Amino acid sequence: MAAQDVLPSRKGSSGFSALNDQRVRGVIFQVLLIVAIVSFAWWIIHNTAANLRAQGIGFGFGILRDSAGFQINQTLIDYQETSSYVRVYFVGLLNTLLVSFIGVILATIIGFIVGISRLSKNWVVAKAAYVYIEVLRNIPLLLQIFIWYFAVLRLLPAKRDAIDLGPFGLLNIAGWYAPNPVLGRGFALVAAAFIIGIVATFVLRAWARRRQMATGQIFPLFRVALALIIGLPLVAYFVAGFAFANPPFSLEYPTPGNFGPRGGLRVFPEFIGLLMALSFYTASFIAEIVRAGILAVPNGQTEASYSLGLRPGHTLRLVVIPQAMRVIIPPLTSQYLNLTKNSSLAVAIAYPDLVSVFAGTALNQTGRAVEFILITMATYLTISLVTSLFMNWYNRSVALVER
Amino acid sequence: MKKSIVPLVAGAALAVSAVSASAATLDDVKAKGSVQCGVSQGLPGFSNPDSQGNWTGLDVDTCKAIAAAIFGNADAAKFTPLSAKERFTALQSGEVDVLTRNTTWTMSRDTDLGLNFTGVNYYDGQGFMVPKDLGVSSALELSGASVCTNTGTTTELNVADYFRSHDMDYEVVAFEKADEVVAAYDAGRCDVYTTDQSGLYAQKLKLTNPDDHVILPEIISKEPLGPAVRQGDDQWFNVVKWTLFALINAEELGVTQDNVDEMKNSDNPSIKRLLGTEGSFGESIGLDKEWAVNAIKAVGNYGEMFNRNVGPDTELGIDRGLNKLWSDGGLQYAPPVR
Amino acid sequence: MSDIQSETDLVYVRDEMLSQSPPPHRESGPVGWLRKNLFSSLSNTVLTLIALYVIWIVVPPLIDFALVQAVWSGDSRDVCTTINQGGIQPNGWFGACWPYVKDYFAQFIYGRYPVEERWRVNIVFVLFVIGVVPLLVPTAPFKSINLIYMAVVFPVAALLLLTGGHMEFESMIGIGRELAPLGSGLDFWIEYALLTLVVLGIAYAWARGTGAPAGGLLKLVLTMMLALAAVIFVLSLDLGLEFVPTSIWGGLLVTLVIAITGIAASLPLGVVLALGRRSDMPIVRFACVVFIEFWRGVPLITVLFMSSVMLPLFLPEGVSFDKLLRALIGVALFSAAYMAEVIRGGLQAIPKGQYEGADAVGLAYWQKMRLIILPQALTLVIPGIVNTFIGLFKDTTLVLIIGLFDFLGQIQSSFTDPSWSTPVQATTAYFFAACVYWIFCFSMSRYSIFTENRLRTGHAR
Repeated sequence: MAAQDVLPSRKGSSGFSALNDQRVRGVIFQVLLIVAIVSFAWWIIHNTAANLRAQGIGFGFGILRDSAGFQINQTLIDYQETSSYVRVYFVGLLNTLLVSFIGVILATIIGFIVGISRLSKNWVVAKAAYVYIEVLRNIPLLLQIFIWYFAVLRLLPAKRDAIDLGPFGLLNIAGWYAPNPVLGRGFALVAAAFIIGIVATFVLRAWARRRQMATGQIFPLFRVALALIIGLPLVAYFVAGFAFANPPFSLEYPTPGNFGPRGGLRVFPEFIGLLMALSFYTASFIAEIVRAGILAVPNGQTEASYSLGLRPGHTLRLVVIPQAMRVIIPPLTSQYLNLTKNSSLAVAIAYPDLVSVFAGTALNQTGRAVEFILITMATYLTISLVTSLFMNWYNRSVALVER
Repeated sequence: MKKSIVPLVAGAALAVSAVSASAATLDDVKAKGSVQCGVSQGLPGFSNPDSQGNWTGLDVDTCKAIAAAIFGNADAAKFTPLSAKERFTALQSGEVDVLTRNTTWTMSRDTDLGLNFTGVNYYDGQGFMVPKDLGVSSALELSGASVCTNTGTTTELNVADYFRSHDMDYEVVAFEKADEVVAAYDAGRCDVYTTDQSGLYAQKLKLTNPDDHVILPEIISKEPLGPAVRQGDDQWFNVVKWTLFALINAEELGVTQDNVDEMKNSDNPSIKRLLGTEGSFGESIGLDKEWAVNAIKAVGNYGEMFNRNVGPDTELGIDRGLNKLWSDGGLQYAPPVR
Repeated sequence: MSDIQSETDLVYVRDEMLSQSPPPHRESGPVGWLRKNLFSSLSNTVLTLIALYVIWIVVPPLIDFALVQAVWSGDSRDVCTTINQGGIQPNGWFGACWPYVKDYFAQFIYGRYPVEERWRVNIVFVLFVIGVVPLLVPTAPFKSINLIYMAVVFPVAALLLLTGGHMEFESMIGIGRELAPLGSGLDFWIEYALLTLVVLGIAYAWARGTGAPAGGLLKLVLTMMLALAAVIFVLSLDLGLEFVPTSIWGGLLVTLVIAITGIAASLPLGVVLALGRRSDMPIVRFACVVFIEFWRGVPLITVLFMSSVMLPLFLPEGVSFDKLLRALIGVALFSAAYMAEVIRGGLQAIPKGQYEGADAVGLAYWQKMRLIILPQALTLVIPGIVNTFIGLFKDTTLVLIIGLFDFLGQIQSSFTDPSWSTPVQATTAYFFAACVYWIFCFSMSRYSIFTENRLRTGHAR
């Protein structure tokens, strides 16, 4: 500005010279951007309203209270054909969360096993892990879902036949008929014993750690904890069983029926197929993340830990993985989110997830595309944002504090 | 309507060429030289492509008849495969000129969705197919069964209504595509496959052992299937409607693919009017005199079309049943050409 | 020293080096290798056995299915069905049905593209290979010409060949319609000329406002508008090619069209978004963050649903997009968000000194980005871009859910043909599809690793 005052400004163009100021340009540009975005949004809304009017379709979320009229096979909450679309939404959302949650756990376990195997000194194990990763992550997930559902599960016996898994129930093409836990009168006692066992373990752990810090003595925590968590409920089980003269907890087994096995806890093949495909596919990415994370820990850490006399297992568990976790967690989070979003491919094999029942069937029956898709997108967006916020918080809490 | 895919022109907002669903479909069709028909993505007997991409079936023939009536050439029929979900949007937006895709004529579709159904080329109803070794002879014995069906259609709602009204419990597995339903049923995932009965006959062919399955006698809904056009274009509506009527009238009058040329010399005034040797009925719907002759030459009369694609001698082996002419006790009835 | 030794004749001293003796038998050769790598300890042995068992239950059945039991020739479903199912194979047979794949192979590649017009698709494939191979080889010359070819010549040629050209453009704002009859083409060109004048006017005003010489800017704008006009003109030419609507495209053709267009559209969009996200202007930054996080937060399938059922509602009445184009828009916006994050990584990896250096020599923002930052950042993120492309390539399979026939969709649609319908049909087809996708994705991931290694040596100190 000062320079401008010194230089003689050109006549006639003095009104425009402000354009040379970067800040002024910035403001102009941003104002233009806002105008563009707002007018674009207005244009879209205007067109949509006009189109909906022309096609005689209303707009409003009141339709969600209407009765759905169709059935859904896997419902975690009570659902009937007469239930409203709101209930359809929650049924779908819960199914999405269920398959994502179990998928995340399975994928993490498989991913860590494969990722660590990939670095194994055992040639066969390392190569097998390598082939697993390269094959699984280079085939589209949708194709893998089809392969699991239409090819692998097809090898199971037909619906009125079943493989007897003994204590684990029956398995056939219509799903896994697992034993259904039936809770008796004394079950509250067993549950209470279980919770007490867990709480006691935590207290014990804190005490053992303090003692180890002070005296160096190691307490056999694992064995005692096992006794507390398993033993205590077991004792409670027998006590309750005698007190109420019936077992507090029993398993109901499926029985053969007219149209295949009946009773038991039914796990649908669509669920199994989707879960398998999601877990194995995501695991191949997690394995690479784990490998990269472990390789990111300097070799000196491992050597130092060996020189302190720690065995390889302990080195991995106590020294390498805790440090590797810092590198692993951010990409791991995005894999978890990917898995959740990918669970929407359920629509291809009729697993009743959110997209399938809400943005699919319900949308088709009502023809209200705008409302249903907006709600679905907003739901996934919320899940993503909440997960990222939580993970960012967690990430900050484990991050290395640098000087 | 302009022939166009919308070109991608960056920067210049004005350069988007629009497909406008203008009022005069017949003029547009004549200008581009072909009729674009929306068909299914593969339903044997109705509209099914082979490995060379040639389409065959009852709906395909209906479309060919329309093309022949306009151009005198059945090859002027072009096909766009559509899923159940997108068929109405495709018609509304002008992507196709006529929807010949085993679509059920219902009131809401005829009014709300801006469609006009031009007639019925197949009277259908929803039925059930079960494996023979299930030992079931009536749909009322199906309590506790799992049912495979298509999502996004009326069948899903019909089956829910049926089982509920008979107080039977059931489990539904609803797939997006018909092939997936067949695959799941064939593998034994479900006990029952339900869709339009014609569809059951068609899909039965794709099963590993078609003879091991039986179609139950119950019909649980009315499904009149027919071609549909956009509302607000009466001329085009008439062309499609009367092409179908011409085929039905031809059967009633005994005009076939082979004898259509000789029949022109017939003394029967009804035949004369139909085949354009008397009156000017073709001109009154914007076509030429030979419109019906060309349509019949291309695909035969309704009976021939039915027998060739779905009739008892085909792999589907469907009985004429409701689709017999009214004079034979069926429902196919066309207003006279006069 | 040595002189003394050689002179003294000591018989017990060797005068040449003894050759190395081989290591003990147990430590060398295959046995030693096995001992060291597979059976060094009990736990290691157990691991080896588990791994071998897993391989044993997976690999032999696959080979058995795909090669040993497989049928290689035949012309109907009989050869691929067992006697019980009405065919000629022994009961219990389970093998791949390759004649079915052979019969449908052309459809898997071209979809229902008319047989007599398929040479056009072949030419496009060839043109693409000619353009892309030298672009991928880092040492190949004429990179800038190559880029122009891929960015301008190839897309126009491909669009022209695949659709048949002869597109009709019509006026949008109505001025042209007043002056010339609709459909003559003239109406469009009148409006185009008007638009050119308006753009030139804005450029001139901007140049006057900033005091920069107007000539250069005007020339640039005019060249771009003329180039665009040339492209539009070429597309509207009638070359006598038959018009092929996108509704009958299919197979690998559609997969490649979606993947390549998606990546090509998302690259510039991604650059803009990444720059926007690192901008000093808060509103620009905010808008870019919202845009990126929105698309990254929702599954692609909902994006495709949106583009297939909601996009038509967004447009003015009477205007509609082609179905393929609708999917392309969805895919492009979706992958642009991912691309933006990849490119942002590259921008962040450029040392601050580069930015400051560019500022110090007085480069304006776009000059700085165009000449200094982006060339470095984009080279750095080539592996990331290739990985995004692999992801996109795999994700193209999702379009089958909205009813487009990509490679996998075309394969699924062939299941409706009763003349080949057998119990092994789906398994054979999926196996084949998996192999094809794997070959594409694996070779691309190898390329990504190759560039990564090349870049790493480049930056090693």
